[in-house]
Amino acid sequence: MSSEKAESAKGRATSFAKISGRRSSPAKTSLEHAADAQWGRGLSTFVRISRLTLRHPWQVAITIVSTFIAATLQLFIPRLLGRAVDQAHGVVSGGSGGAAAQNALWVTAITLLVVSILRGLFTMSQNYYGESVGHRTGYELRLAFYEKIQRLSFSFHDKVHTGDLITLGMLDLEGVRMFFSTGLVRVVLLSVLVGVGAYLLISTDLVLGLLSLSFVPFVAWRSSVTNISLRLTWNTLQERLSVLSRVMEENLGGIRVVRAFAAQEHELSKFDHSSAEALELAHKRVNIRVSNTSAMNFSFLAAMCLVLWVGGNKVIDGEISVGTLASFLTFMTILQMPVRQLGLMVNSFARASSCGTRLFELLDLELPIKDAPDAKDLVVTDGTLRFDNVSFTYEGAGHPTLSGVSFEARRGETVGIVGPPGSGKSTLVHLLPRFYDVDGGSITIDGQDISKATLQSLRRAVGLVQQDSFLFTTSIENNIAYGNPWAREQRIERAAESAQLHNYIAGLPAGYGTIVGERGVSLSGGQRQRLSIARSLVLKPAVMIFDDSTAAIDAGTEQRIRSAMKRFAKDRVNLVISHRLSSLMHADQILFVEDGRIVERGTHEELLAMGGRYRALYDLQVRPGDEPLQTAEAS
Amino acid sequence: MSAATDSDEIENTSGRPPKAVVGSHREEEEVFGAAYDPRIVRRIWSYVRPYRMQVAISVVAVLVFTLTQLAIPLLIRYAIDNGMATNGSNRSTLTWVIAGFAVTILINYAASYVQETTVGAVAENLLFDLRRAMFSHLQRVSLSFMDKTEVGRLMSRLQGDVNSMQEFLETSVMSVGDIVLLFGIVGVLLFLDLRLGLLTLSTMPILFIVRLFWLPPAKVAFMGAHETNSTANGALAEGINGVRTVQSLDRQRVNFDLYDDKAHTNLRAHLRAAKFAQVMVPIVDTLTGIAMATVIVVGGSMVLGQALDVGVMVAFLFYIQRFFDPIRSLTMQYSVMQRAMASGQRISEVLDVPVDVVDGPNAIALSRDMDGSVEFKNVTFGYRKNQPVLKNISFKVKPGETVALVGPTGSGKTSAMALVHRFYDVWEGQVLVGGHDVRELTQDSLGDQVAMVLQDSFLFTGSVIENIRYHKTQATREDVVAAAKAVGAHDFIMRLPDGYDSKLEQRGGNLSSGQRQLISFARALVADAKILVLDEATANIDSYTEMLIQKALVTLLQGRTGLVIAHRLATIRGADRIIVLQNGEMVESGNHDQLMAKKGLYARLYNMNYSSFDDIPDELVAGAAPIGKAT
Repeated sequence: MSSEKAESAKGRATSFAKISGRRSSPAKTSLEHAADAQWGRGLSTFVRISRLTLRHPWQVAITIVSTFIAATLQLFIPRLLGRAVDQAHGVVSGGSGGAAAQNALWVTAITLLVVSILRGLFTMSQNYYGESVGHRTGYELRLAFYEKIQRLSFSFHDKVHTGDLITLGMLDLEGVRMFFSTGLVRVVLLSVLVGVGAYLLISTDLVLGLLSLSFVPFVAWRSSVTNISLRLTWNTLQERLSVLSRVMEENLGGIRVVRAFAAQEHELSKFDHSSAEALELAHKRVNIRVSNTSAMNFSFLAAMCLVLWVGGNKVIDGEISVGTLASFLTFMTILQMPVRQLGLMVNSFARASSCGTRLFELLDLELPIKDAPDAKDLVVTDGTLRFDNVSFTYEGAGHPTLSGVSFEARRGETVGIVGPPGSGKSTLVHLLPRFYDVDGGSITIDGQDISKATLQSLRRAVGLVQQDSFLFTTSIENNIAYGNPWAREQRIERAAESAQLHNYIAGLPAGYGTIVGERGVSLSGGQRQRLSIARSLVLKPAVMIFDDSTAAIDAGTEQRIRSAMKRFAKDRVNLVISHRLSSLMHADQILFVEDGRIVERGTHEELLAMGGRYRALYDLQVRPGDEPLQTAEAS
Repeated sequence: MSAATDSDEIENTSGRPPKAVVGSHREEEEVFGAAYDPRIVRRIWSYVRPYRMQVAISVVAVLVFTLTQLAIPLLIRYAIDNGMATNGSNRSTLTWVIAGFAVTILINYAASYVQETTVGAVAENLLFDLRRAMFSHLQRVSLSFMDKTEVGRLMSRLQGDVNSMQEFLETSVMSVGDIVLLFGIVGVLLFLDLRLGLLTLSTMPILFIVRLFWLPPAKVAFMGAHETNSTANGALAEGINGVRTVQSLDRQRVNFDLYDDKAHTNLRAHLRAAKFAQVMVPIVDTLTGIAMATVIVVGGSMVLGQALDVGVMVAFLFYIQRFFDPIRSLTMQYSVMQRAMASGQRISEVLDVPVDVVDGPNAIALSRDMDGSVEFKNVTFGYRKNQPVLKNISFKVKPGETVALVGPTGSGKTSAMALVHRFYDVWEGQVLVGGHDVRELTQDSLGDQVAMVLQDSFLFTGSVIENIRYHKTQATREDVVAAAKAVGAHDFIMRLPDGYDSKLEQRGGNLSSGQRQLISFARALVADAKILVLDEATANIDSYTEMLIQKALVTLLQGRTGLVIAHRLATIRGADRIIVLQNGEMVESGNHDQLMAKKGLYARLYNMNYSSFDDIPDELVAGAAPIGKAT
């Protein structure tokens, strides 16, 4: 497909930009520019890409050999044409006419036909296997990338923008993948055509040979410069376009706000501003591209004009034949296209260098959280969870988020965790499935340090219901069974029943088969949280964590969920984070966390009696507004 | 609910899990339309019209360019036959031909430059013009259209579809050149030598026929590659966005296998597409070979027999090399056209969405000095025919009064609020603001006097100050700070890295939902409207922020007429008056104590102990006594 495209029109560079631009709404970051600046580092990247392609040695070999043969065959064509002209013109056959000349023409014609067919077949093989190597390499890189992304810990994902990762996995990977067919193969092709071609031409006639090749350096230089400059402006254009699409997207998404403030004019001026910036650059790019195309074309024709002039005089002087002149001229036509595409080749090198550097950097990242060398599967016996003097600091943060956290909980117990926003409650529970590793102290389950357990067994033992968990675009059934995709229907339904979601699902036209998520039916915040609870109920964890996971669920429903879950709760340790005290009042133990420390602990009654922070929060929540409620009930 | 079998369920966890997928199948839009639809062409032409001079220039330029391209082999022919003829050679003829050649390539250069710059610029302009036309139209279309249309869908109109129109315009001009080139080559070959021309040209229809058969399956293969690409990319994006959930539910292994399937399907589709693309190469080369061989044998013999000049033979060989290019690009152009028609159709659909709410011809501006009253007079309204959402509603809100609208989900509260702002027009009755029917006021002036705070506090990318100021660009920094202080947002704003100049991430992702609400309160305060319409957020917020919000609400409503869709008991109780809606009808009205004493729907709902009336399940609402029999 790519050769079809490349050959079919001038100025494909922009439409490529558009295609890729459409896929990458997230802006390229400064990362890209930084990497662009260091092409010097590219060498090791090229070596590495080449090694990757060599994982398909046969296909690479076929491609390279085909390229050689195709290019060489192509060089024969002008010669054959020239010979045919001379044969017809009577130069070779001595002007006799007759059957001998006729036969000679037939031989040339058939040779030419065979050469053409072979050239076509080898070009096909060159292109097909070239693409094939590229796609196979791309496939392997995709898998490696996907695997890496899935395994990299939370601390990595906290730092890196999802949009950047998506760009990396789509566009950058593409840049690396294409390197073989658009970069390396072209080098071979051009070397043969220009190298062998130049030798043939110059050995035939020095002056004419040099003149025929005179356009090559100019076109090569122009084409490279233009492609690099198009590439650089492309990055900027993408940034501007992504600003523009953000303006449009936010406007359409927030259309009610826009209308509510009668801010259409304001929005249009925002749009016009971003639009004008992008358009200006787009125009500039058109000019770069166009002035280059015309200049390259002109230099080629000018060289042809010179060859015709000088060559014509040589023909008149009898130094060369008309056929030789014709072969020079046709040779130039053949050389023209690959030389013009030299820029694409240069671009491919530049792209592979910057894309590859970024991509390999990610693929080479050490997994900070992985199984210890002597890791064993976690064996849950009594189901006792212990935090022992745990402390934790986020990477790059000045002060610890958690310090000296110790507590113990047994199977069947519920621990409530409460505290002001940002006090470290969520961080505390994120240490349990080892989303982050503790900096000091230890966490044990039945006496086994979790950092010595295999990640898989640990995460199966720890269930976490997040405040805002991700809905995958698939059926409700598959979403509930996300952690256990082998779960049976009854089990999924029971989980949904306990999470008070079954009635809602049953009321949907497609029931459990209803597609939810980004492109499906949208669920309210409360419904999402209930689905997330159902998800955790399909599993049988030894420790269950509710991280503020009922915030969007009303008190009445929450009450029903709690009572439905009682039978599950007795088999495991339950950790409940909530802002709503009614959700954790009945806990066996309540921890009040502030600035990363447990500042108060005890049962609800004990903490109330203590008269400290918990008490203050309780008073805040039991507002005067609730009093009339009680009187109303009493009356 | 029985738990009996819970523990003895034995699940086979080997092999591909039955209930797992990664990514989703995206419904691709129709990519190809009819090749030509005059209605759409006319529609789009109106956007090309302003540039018709440039288009004309580029068409002329492309013609000139093509003619010079055609002339070059002829010049070579002339140079060979007349400038280098062995008998009576004439150097001056050669020089003249060379001079002619030089002039031709200069014209060629100029024409190519003019054509490409003009058409390139016009195509870019067209893209941006179409986009702006759609975008500004979308600012005015009825909200009911926006309600039912996904933003993603509109975005693909504003981005993808305009791009294919641009591509279409650019390539159409080139196609004009291709057509001329094709006929030009045919004409010149026939003119140079009829018999040889016919023989050589006979390969041309073969290619046409081959491409005709090749194109449909090739297109399917190319589309397959494209589609599997977006499926695989979709799965990748999902894996990245949901990585936290994936890891906490330990799905990495399962997902990897599923992703592998998709990536592999994609690989196969690409290889198939590559096969289709490449199979044309030897076909074209063979046909070119046949044509050249014909010229060599037939033409060569004619030259031998003095029936043909050798220069003509050379010219033939040159033309053959250019021969198949126009056919190739013209058949490609057919797909571009089909794509453009499909896109044009979708663009027209957006541009044709009716604008329901427009300023009347005699609309007046609502004065700042109006009293700030709001009145509903026998209002009936709905979104779908015969399904009224509000039925004959009448109430009046006095200047400065705060009225809470309560009622179960679907009772029509949000619709009533939207009518105050004239997001929609009523079916019957009137909505009066400051004593004027909203339909007699200009929408802009109405917007200035009616501020709205929506349930979901939408923030724009930009700094905090830009968000609070929003369209009131004349508001000073002091105004903004004062507003933020008044709603209690100042403290947390100052704690952000750059204070008021801190950049908000998309949709304010770096703020908590409570903080986002406070910012949207400040925004409404800066707007400083006489009337405030507020849809209280339902999400449960931590007690600390919640307290701030309650205080801010009081500040916000001070000296304003307030219409609040209330969810929190504190807000409802604080209102001067409560209007209870059910099924689009107003069932009760009065203050909290009066309504409680009445023991009607409000009292019953209140006693159900839900934190919000919206949460009450339908069956309970239905059970809360039929309205008519309440007393």
